[in-house]
Amino acid sequence: MQRGVHWGTASVALAIGAFLFVFLVAPVLAVVYTAFSDGQGGFTLAHFASFAQISLMRESFANSLYVATTTVILATVIAVPLAYLTVRFQFRGAVAIQTLGVLPLVMPAFVGAAAMQLIFGRSGAVNLILKENFGFTLPIMEGLNGVVFVETLHYFPFILLNLAASLAAIDSSMEEAAQNLGASGWRLFRKVVFPLALPGYIAGASLVFIKVFDDLGTPLVLNVTNMLAPQAYLRVTSIGLEDPIGYVICVILVAFSIGAMAGSWWFVKRRDFALVSRGGAQAPKRKLNGLQTALAYGWIVGVLLLVLSPHIGLLLMSLFKVWSFSVLPEQFTLAHYATVFADSKQMIWNTLLYCGLAALLDVILGTAIAYIVLRTTLPGRQLLDHLVTVALAMPGLVLGIGYLRTFKGWELPFDMGALTASWLIFVIAYAVRRLPYALRSCMAALTQVHPALEEAAENVGAGRWRTIRRVVVPLMAGGIVAGFVTSFITAAGEISETILLTSRESLAPMSYGIYLYFQSIAGRGPGAALGVLAVAIVALGTYVSHKLAAAAAPHQSGDRK
Amino acid sequence: MNPVGVDVRHVALSFGATQVLRDINLAIQPGEFFALLGPSGSGKSTLLRLIAGFNQHQHGEVLVGGRDVTGTPPWKRNVGMVFQNYALWPHMTVGQNVAFGLEARKMPREQIREKVRAALQLVDLADYHDRRPGQLSGGQQQRVAIARTLAIEPQVLLLDEPLSNLDAKLRTQTRQELVRLQRRLGITTIFVTHDQEEALTTCHRIAVMDQGVIQQVGTPMELFDHPANRFVAQFVGSVNLFSGAYRAEGERLRFVSKALGEVLLPASAKPPSHDVDLAFRPHAVRVGEAATGDFLALSGQVEHAEFLGEFLRYEIRVNEARVTADVPHARGRAPLLAGTPVALSVPAAELRFVGA
Repeated sequence: MQRGVHWGTASVALAIGAFLFVFLVAPVLAVVYTAFSDGQGGFTLAHFASFAQISLMRESFANSLYVATTTVILATVIAVPLAYLTVRFQFRGAVAIQTLGVLPLVMPAFVGAAAMQLIFGRSGAVNLILKENFGFTLPIMEGLNGVVFVETLHYFPFILLNLAASLAAIDSSMEEAAQNLGASGWRLFRKVVFPLALPGYIAGASLVFIKVFDDLGTPLVLNVTNMLAPQAYLRVTSIGLEDPIGYVICVILVAFSIGAMAGSWWFVKRRDFALVSRGGAQAPKRKLNGLQTALAYGWIVGVLLLVLSPHIGLLLMSLFKVWSFSVLPEQFTLAHYATVFADSKQMIWNTLLYCGLAALLDVILGTAIAYIVLRTTLPGRQLLDHLVTVALAMPGLVLGIGYLRTFKGWELPFDMGALTASWLIFVIAYAVRRLPYALRSCMAALTQVHPALEEAAENVGAGRWRTIRRVVVPLMAGGIVAGFVTSFITAAGEISETILLTSRESLAPMSYGIYLYFQSIAGRGPGAALGVLAVAIVALGTYVSHKLAAAAAPHQSGDRK
Repeated sequence: MNPVGVDVRHVALSFGATQVLRDINLAIQPGEFFALLGPSGSGKSTLLRLIAGFNQHQHGEVLVGGRDVTGTPPWKRNVGMVFQNYALWPHMTVGQNVAFGLEARKMPREQIREKVRAALQLVDLADYHDRRPGQLSGGQQQRVAIARTLAIEPQVLLLDEPLSNLDAKLRTQTRQELVRLQRRLGITTIFVTHDQEEALTTCHRIAVMDQGVIQQVGTPMELFDHPANRFVAQFVGSVNLFSGAYRAEGERLRFVSKALGEVLLPASAKPPSHDVDLAFRPHAVRVGEAATGDFLALSGQVEHAEFLGEFLRYEIRVNEARVTADVPHARGRAPLLAGTPVALSVPAAELRFVGA
């Protein structure tokens, strides 16, 4: 579509750009600046040198790398067979695998971590059984092992979903040609199938690496502090906002995140994955023989049990009085829920408010950016897309610290107090980091709306704004709803930004409440109850969005090109 | 390697309730270039994939070189297949693509190198060893696919619509190269196509398929001159086809057709039974020549003319029917105008009677 520069569009784009600059670019730059600044405005590497001289920092760096790498490897081991099974074989367990793909994501990793202690910890159910019957225990939840275990079970779906999508896109003749030339089984998978699915795998694996490397909540709940993110948090909260080592850690986190993203992008681009055009229909999926079927079901059931364990554990924790040094909890009670309803009503409301507003802001920005990028010829419009993508690589911890530093002393109008001490900061922080998800949904939705539908509206006399309101947005409804829900769900489980930005308890959302409860043994029950409520809200949100998306679907009968 | 034959005996296959192949019987001779010709959905590709081992038949048997391969997985059959979209692996170089099957056979490295070179030389792509498939043209990709398949020295070569992704000019050239290659190697080759011209020009024999059934097997000329039924008559070449009844009129027969009206057949034209159609090819129709002797005589009016270079294709209205007639073009000859009344004649020897 050929259109000139439109002043309305340009001012909207500028406003969005300004918002992203103030709340994404500036805080990150402030963090980077502080890490390299000698305090008098000069450049220095001294802070990095002192970082390298502290043995705890070196240890934390090595630990973070170890945990992220090991998690990627273990998540690969879990996800690859599952993805291959669903896509390439005739198989009844496909529904179970799809469930496996979303189940872990509805509960934040740090929430599940506490429940995992009770099941797999030193005196948890599994080890008690092992000790009584076989006289040995497994140190599954000890130190870094625990972090790796919890993160693996939480994040393997990223690899599963990306890899499955990549596998499904491979033309079946690629595999058949290899079989025709004499390859089968492991050789076929290793030489042909997996290399062709590599783009999806790399995308998933790099995401897992970033998420785990930056995670703050899980190590803190498991009391593991000799990792980078907890160290940054502890430095900034205990020594103070002026301590340069915290900023050095932040720069390292950002560098690794951007490095992993850029690396995966470079890797996929470097190789020629351009697939030859599809010929004919998808070949029938292969059948499994008896032994293979047994192995496949064994794997799925095993993973399903592990994945469900934090959910079950959390539910049991919330419903029983005592659960320690016993295989199963004892004394059923509803007292934890009563406590939560008495003490934490405000937190539940805060979560709904912050996450609802943040998600709303995300879909408004997402729709506007998608429209500007895909439907206008505004110079530099791709910059908005790239800026938002950068947010994907920004650790919440870094953004949180950046906010505290950048907006220190900023007063809001109308006597609303300091920005960093108001509820508004949560909405903005959540919105900025969730914007990439919302934007992807909106872009996908708008791509499916044929430009001719808009041209038809303009042709019969509707102006641009009326066309957007009456034609574009209604046709994008499904994608907008999906974007809203993804933003809402992920924001509700956010903990890194949350613990940094919570200045007083009355402002805290549920995730903070859960974290706080988990700090003490007595708080485990109420914490679990609050966690169950959070999962319920997230599950309800997902369900409602599916309903809404299904209801909106008939309106989307336009050209799906 | 000595060429081997392929025998298909009473093969039937269905996907769920859909019967895709019904009682297929074929005896393909060693070294033969054999085509499976039919429209899309006729089951020709399914039959080819079945020989390669990608589909499993429920009844009957498939023999390659006299050995029953039913139940043998694709990777143990040693029948090379060239896919319609070539299926070159984009993450491997041309050389790696060609070496793949040899590596799967655990051949020594030195021998692999030698065979890859020979295979690429065979298709004139020796210099492209280190390129990626994405850097090659469509025609080159196809030759790599053939080299990759021939490198493993398969007993049988299967070609699935190998020319359909090439543009018209390249298609003719590649077609001729394929024929030369096949004649040189003497490898038993089965070629799937929906294009009758491709099949007629390349193959020793053709099996015409429709709706999962083999309609007729024969040499190109047999199919064209003696189509076994209506489907073959219409699918191989163009044809004028009329249904009607035959009534005796003295020594001769009168053909009574709803469309064509009533026409007297030449004395030598003898339909084998009464429920067959009358058929003749457009090029057998002589336009503007009154019939004398052993001819079918018709008269009508020119309705439309198409100039195709070598010949003029006339649509001529005869009663309710439309008869197609191809008349060779000579320089300077003007086409007959629409509305011109013309006499048509068809030699008795060119008349065919085809059943259902």
